[in-house]
Amino acid sequence: MRFVLKTNYGQDVNLFLHGGQRFWYGLLAVVALAAPLGLDTFYLGEFALVYIWAIAGVGLMLLVGYTGLVSLGHAAFLAIGAYSHAVLLEKGVPFFVSVPLATAFCAVVGYIVGLPALRMTGIYLAVATLAFERIAAWVIEHWESVTGGHFGMRVPEAQVFGLPLDTPVTFYYLCLVVLALCLLAAMNLLRSPTGRAFIAVRDSEISAQSMGIDLARTKCSAFAISAGFTGLAGSLFAHKIGYLAPDAFTVQTSIQLLLMVVVGGLGSLHGVIYGAIFLGLLPQVIAFGRDVLPSAIGEIPGLEPGLFGLILVLFLIFEPLGIYGRWVKIRLWFDEFPLYRKATYKRQRSYLRTERVR
Amino acid sequence: MSLLTAENLSLSFGGVHAVREVSFAIEPGEVFSIIGPNGAGKTTIFNLVSRFYDADAGAMSFDGTDIISVPTHRIAALGIARTFQNTELFEHETVLTNLLIGQHVHRETSLVADFLFLPRARRQELEFRRKVEDVIDLLDLQRYREQPIGGLPYGARKMVEIARALCLSPKLLMLDEPSSGLNPEETEDLSFWIEDIVADLGITVAMVEHDMNLVATVSDRVLAMADGVVLATGDASEIQQHPEVLRAYLGD
Amino acid sequence: MEVLQLLISGVSQGCVYGLIALGFVLIYKATEMVNFAQGDIMMLGAFVAFSLGNLAGLPFVVVFVLTLVIMGALGMALERGLLRPMIGEPPFAVLMLTIGLGFVIRAIAGAIWGNQPRALDSPFAGEIVELGGLIIGYENIAIVVGTALLCALLFLFFRFTRIGIAMQAASQNQLAAFYLGIPVKRVFSLVWGISAAIAAAAGILVAPVSLIDPLMGLVGIKAFAAAIVGGFGSLPGAIVGGLIIGIAEQFVGLYLPAGLSEVSAFVILLAMLFLRPEGIFATLQQKKV
Repeated sequence: MRFVLKTNYGQDVNLFLHGGQRFWYGLLAVVALAAPLGLDTFYLGEFALVYIWAIAGVGLMLLVGYTGLVSLGHAAFLAIGAYSHAVLLEKGVPFFVSVPLATAFCAVVGYIVGLPALRMTGIYLAVATLAFERIAAWVIEHWESVTGGHFGMRVPEAQVFGLPLDTPVTFYYLCLVVLALCLLAAMNLLRSPTGRAFIAVRDSEISAQSMGIDLARTKCSAFAISAGFTGLAGSLFAHKIGYLAPDAFTVQTSIQLLLMVVVGGLGSLHGVIYGAIFLGLLPQVIAFGRDVLPSAIGEIPGLEPGLFGLILVLFLIFEPLGIYGRWVKIRLWFDEFPLYRKATYKRQRSYLRTERVR
Repeated sequence: MSLLTAENLSLSFGGVHAVREVSFAIEPGEVFSIIGPNGAGKTTIFNLVSRFYDADAGAMSFDGTDIISVPTHRIAALGIARTFQNTELFEHETVLTNLLIGQHVHRETSLVADFLFLPRARRQELEFRRKVEDVIDLLDLQRYREQPIGGLPYGARKMVEIARALCLSPKLLMLDEPSSGLNPEETEDLSFWIEDIVADLGITVAMVEHDMNLVATVSDRVLAMADGVVLATGDASEIQQHPEVLRAYLGD
Repeated sequence: MEVLQLLISGVSQGCVYGLIALGFVLIYKATEMVNFAQGDIMMLGAFVAFSLGNLAGLPFVVVFVLTLVIMGALGMALERGLLRPMIGEPPFAVLMLTIGLGFVIRAIAGAIWGNQPRALDSPFAGEIVELGGLIIGYENIAIVVGTALLCALLFLFFRFTRIGIAMQAASQNQLAAFYLGIPVKRVFSLVWGISAAIAAAAGILVAPVSLIDPLMGLVGIKAFAAAIVGGFGSLPGAIVGGLIIGIAEQFVGLYLPAGLSEVSAFVILLAMLFLRPEGIFATLQQKKV
């Protein structure tokens, strides 16, 4: 077990606690940067998709994992980001102007959706966001002059620094850089008062207020920031799928995004990455399973969402801390060997801590 | 001039008068205790001052500012910090993070500065940390610093909550039953700390408390109430012999 | 006349929403858990009835009772197996769990019965009565009458039976009920059983109107909106909320631009949450410190 000697407070503020972390994350960055040298284009595309999921996941994690607000409607932000970016590109706006505009637009919509969050908690909010998602999908389907309605619209080709985006390598690097910037921004947020205000609202609204935290502003900005990240992911996603249609963004997409943060591990940015890898890998595994298993099982309609649901259920019951939580436990087991106590992470069982008062 | 004055505060919940025409004034630099049987409306008074509840009638002013209708989150910035009966800490975070959240009122950076972690955000973080360490030293919380709240014993939680309130650098500190759940030694420590807080930090303390020993040791003035009305105000020994107070506690 | 005709189909559709919402509210009131799979349990109930009626050829009354029993048992099993370990977990986790459960049920139903819509043999299907120029389907009458009967039964159950009163107690204060010797865990199981049975009844009643397929459970989302409009936690509220949404959909469909009726439930929900978030029959209050 590593013991870090701290000699000034700045060490606690820095992103990396010690040289070891700096080394391993540096190595990870080198591998990610070198990946295009060794991977064929199919896998590059899949990795780019993982990065896109991770960007959206960062946004959702800030909202669900850190602010404690549940959204069942994040597919709508993904869709709004994708469509507004595509529409702007169509109008001849350059890529590097269009992406920030789409992101900002999503943030504004997110802020507005956050407004009812001031008066709602938990389940009410979840359902309100679900309703928002349905309504947004309906608007996209029926606003034919802009979105092409049911028929959808082609995403115009774009260029980054003179390089066409439709080459897998360029797109891979673009997604990687954007993800790195998003992670940096999220980490910055979490080590400063804004992020701590989110956490305060998550753990005790009453206490947060008495610490001088404005619930209304904090919740709305959490929604706006979360929607912004997801919208940004959406604008990249548009290029990934190339053709936008309403059925690319459904309630199931929202659930998949939530699945990602739950399976990864709520309340940690590591969890986002694990969750994104999981989400990217699962369809491959299912496709592989379809080939191997007898066709009677492989061709069950709704197999994929069913499996998603099953995995979600299993994680919630057996490993609510997600993949990251499991990793932390394994690491602790090695650190403390042979003294690891199984009860360290035992869940506190209690009768319901009720939120209601009669 | 009084630090906090309340005049004729009234509040009822669906016909039950929680607090009726309560008036009091807290002077700067004193320890002001509120005592009374369960259901007397003591915590309700704190909740009114914290602006968790809207008073039906009456007036309140703090440090020359009318606070009867300021938004709840503005109370902290005015200089009122509080603790809760059953502790309301940020359960999933470490003691350190809890105390850093206590610094929120002193925040000067904007959202953008936080996002980019500009040099001024870093300076602010270091400044917060220094102030938090001062409080940790004052209340002897060093060994809990990196521990998550969820695993702390109850007595430590109580102290962390007081520490968090002190991080606001308040003018008035409201303690809601600080000694409940503490053992006798911890309660004695608490009385020293309250005296330190008043004497060294110049913070006025208002306290809801059942332990009459603690009240008698630290209080300058005591307000006794029952059934939402004030019975008497005075120093601890006066209150303990006041006939109305005796009747409220012991029955007729 | 047209207005009346719309009203009738609105009321019968609203009753279905109301019945599913009733299941949501029952579970929420007793356990403070939210069961998002309620709509899918309804779908499963309809399929079970389909198997018993169309495939096994049992008479309708037997099918009805047997389905309720089977689904009730399934509801209790779900509680015992999946939800019991989640007691004390944050509500969000339970919400996610039941969403996941919904997906699983849909996949299972798809695997067993396939994705093509099925029609349930029902004595109410296809028959109509004419009443002063109004055309009313038997199935619509069955839905309304069935809903009324179920509601009356529930009312009597909660009002007069020991276990019903114990359930009320558990819903008001779990810990106190536990100390009083009420078997809170068994009560939870029973509540899940009752909710699943009600959902199954809704499934059987609605089957003649809208065919049975694995995706029919998605009306659960609208029923959920109904529960919230009615004031989550109020049983009469669930029915009233269902009726409001059912009727609104019919009228929006006729008088407002095409396609708007499918989202009208959500618009009503959002409007309600903005204007009166506690719902029509408010029961919840703020947390106390």
